Amino acid sequence: MSFFPYAVAAWLFIIGLYGIVTSRNFVHLVICLAVLQSSTYVLLLSIGYRVGGTAPVFAAVPVGTLAVDPVVQALMLTDIVVEATVVALLLALALQLHKHANTLDPDKLKALEG
Amino acid sequence: MSTLAPLPVVIPLSVAAILSALNKFVGRRLSEALAILTTIATGVICGELLLQARVQPVMHWFGGWTPRAGVALGISFVIDPIAAGAAVFTSLLVLAALIFSLHYFDTVGTLFHVLMLGFLGAMCGFALTGDLFNLFVFFELMSASAFALCGYKVEEPESMQGALNFGITNTVGAFLVLSGIGLLYGRTGALNMAQIGRTLGGNLDGLVITAFIFIMAGFFIKAAVFPFHFWLADAHAVAPTPVCVLFSGIMVELGIYAVLRVYWVIFDGPFAAHRWDVRALLLAVGSITAVVGAVMCFGQRHIKRLLAFSTVSHVGLLTIGFGVLKEGALAGVALYVLGHGLVKAALFLVAGLLLHRFSSVDELELHGRACRMQATGVVFFVAALGLASMPGFATFLGESGIIDGAKGIGQGWVRAVFVIAGVLTAGAVLRVWGRVFRGMGKAEDAETAGAKKIDEGRETNAASHGIPAVMFAPAAALVLLAVAIGLMPGVKRAVRTAAIVMQDRTGYQARVLEHAWIPVTPAEEEHTPIGKGLAWSFGTTAAALVLAFLSLSPYWPSKHVLARPVAKTVHLLRAIHSGHVGDYVAFLTFGVAAFGVVLAVLIHLR
Repeated sequence: MSFFPYAVAAWLFIIGLYGIVTSRNFVHLVICLAVLQSSTYVLLLSIGYRVGGTAPVFAAVPVGTLAVDPVVQALMLTDIVVEATVVALLLALALQLHKHANTLDPDKLKALEG
Repeated sequence: MSTLAPLPVVIPLSVAAILSALNKFVGRRLSEALAILTTIATGVICGELLLQARVQPVMHWFGGWTPRAGVALGISFVIDPIAAGAAVFTSLLVLAALIFSLHYFDTVGTLFHVLMLGFLGAMCGFALTGDLFNLFVFFELMSASAFALCGYKVEEPESMQGALNFGITNTVGAFLVLSGIGLLYGRTGALNMAQIGRTLGGNLDGLVITAFIFIMAGFFIKAAVFPFHFWLADAHAVAPTPVCVLFSGIMVELGIYAVLRVYWVIFDGPFAAHRWDVRALLLAVGSITAVVGAVMCFGQRHIKRLLAFSTVSHVGLLTIGFGVLKEGALAGVALYVLGHGLVKAALFLVAGLLLHRFSSVDELELHGRACRMQATGVVFFVAALGLASMPGFATFLGESGIIDGAKGIGQGWVRAVFVIAGVLTAGAVLRVWGRVFRGMGKAEDAETAGAKKIDEGRETNAASHGIPAVMFAPAAALVLLAVAIGLMPGVKRAVRTAAIVMQDRTGYQARVLEHAWIPVTPAEEEHTPIGKGLAWSFGTTAAALVLAFLSLSPYWPSKHVLARPVAKTVHLLRAIHSGHVGDYVAFLTFGVAAFGVVLAVLIHLR
């Protein structure tokens, strides 16, 4: 297994964090969070990958066929569902913020200092 | 195999689903009644599970996927007394919050109850599960309900900002946890905690350290440990008061619970030879959290924000208790969570009463306005004493457990941190009591002048006179319970036995994987002299009172030369609590990196 997918996962995590830290728009910020999240997909899938393995569908293949790990794929699917909920919720909050404060810029919100 | 075990999750989530489907047809009173009944039912079932778990921990394998030949593929609930106790406590606080909100939200809809029940089910599942990925799923479910509850007042921009800060930082935490779980799965091929622990054995390498740091940091974000605590004050300042009760009373503590569970089941083996390195990190982080939280707490004028920072401070103390890594201190943590959760919930409920009555939770604005609310004032005052761990409260039992544990490993200095946190946080709350309920001091002061006034939206419609019983009773009952637990004979010993069960790694593995129960030896009745501890705790309480009265008196040296460096430090601390989510995530990133570097260097040096 090559080192490359793990480097991609780390890169996505870091670039996502960078985006969140520097973002000046809450919608953009939530999407950066989604980028960060995709690093967990890459990480999970590369953990379960087997060189030369087939998809983990065990119909019409001989017993003992090498397949990639289905558990991490299930984890990833759960992760997608859970995070879709969270991202949708955060975007809804951002929308309400825009409605009532007329801005999406975290720099312009000063109510919660100190 | 227990059929009761899944019910604390199944019942609240099912009722929540039904309520949300029938949203249009269910009236307010019906949905309230359903929510309260469901919570009571959940609490009773958790209580029954607690009774069973005290005899022998309860196991449940979903779908009958029991382990074969010591290999677990299924998902399990593993219910030991501490897990069941956490679930009971969760139900109790949810019940208090629901009763309080009977009269509170005039605008409350069915969806509020749906979210509360979802929150309840997720927290119960989080406490009871024995599967690492399942823990993550409940973590996310708990977070999602919490974000929505935090941003319940959608028409207020501050509310949205607070909920977004909370949501974004905690979601980053969830990804950290998930990455850590992925790494552990890659190493062990298992998701069951007992299985992971057994497969890892005592092998420690870079991957295990990284996974530990990711998982711990992720849960510490939920637990609001420095430097991950920034979201907490924002979320508490804007969330509806009944929701604050749950945030401070149990949700944050569940973050600590998760780290404890994961440490004792999985990481205790690999780190067995390096306990002192883990201790050094945790004791340092806990102390910093306790002091930063306490200082920030004293400098607030927004009562909910003040209470929120006091929670940060007390979480620091819990982190110290965890960092001792001894069963006595673990029992101390459990008792401290109980005691603190009860008094803090009561304090938030009183803040909610003030908001209901005067449409404000600003300390200075409320100066002398609640003099007539005598009973409420008494509850607030007594709860503040509990915050200072006065003997007689459950917090005192917890504190003495943690400090005795720390002394046992030669770290008696942690007493100083407990004194600082107790004096400052209880002092701040007593100052609020003096100013709001007694009309002492002036209506403006230099200490809190730097703190901003946050306008708080009303949570009730009618400007009502008098205090509804359903709002007052839960607060009083919670404080009484904190005293009752503190005075109950034998409670310390029972919790200590529970802590021994929780720490027993090989026993846990045998229980889960072989279904073998090796009874632990119950804790001995302690005969340690507690005279000194009593004196310290009374001293802390007295010092908190003195501090509160001094700060309200004209002799408070706020302009003195010696006060200037203090003021500067406080100003700096305040400046980093910027309310800007980008800053919070920057601190968080720094914190994770620092944790990793410190732990790796410490381990490398030995």
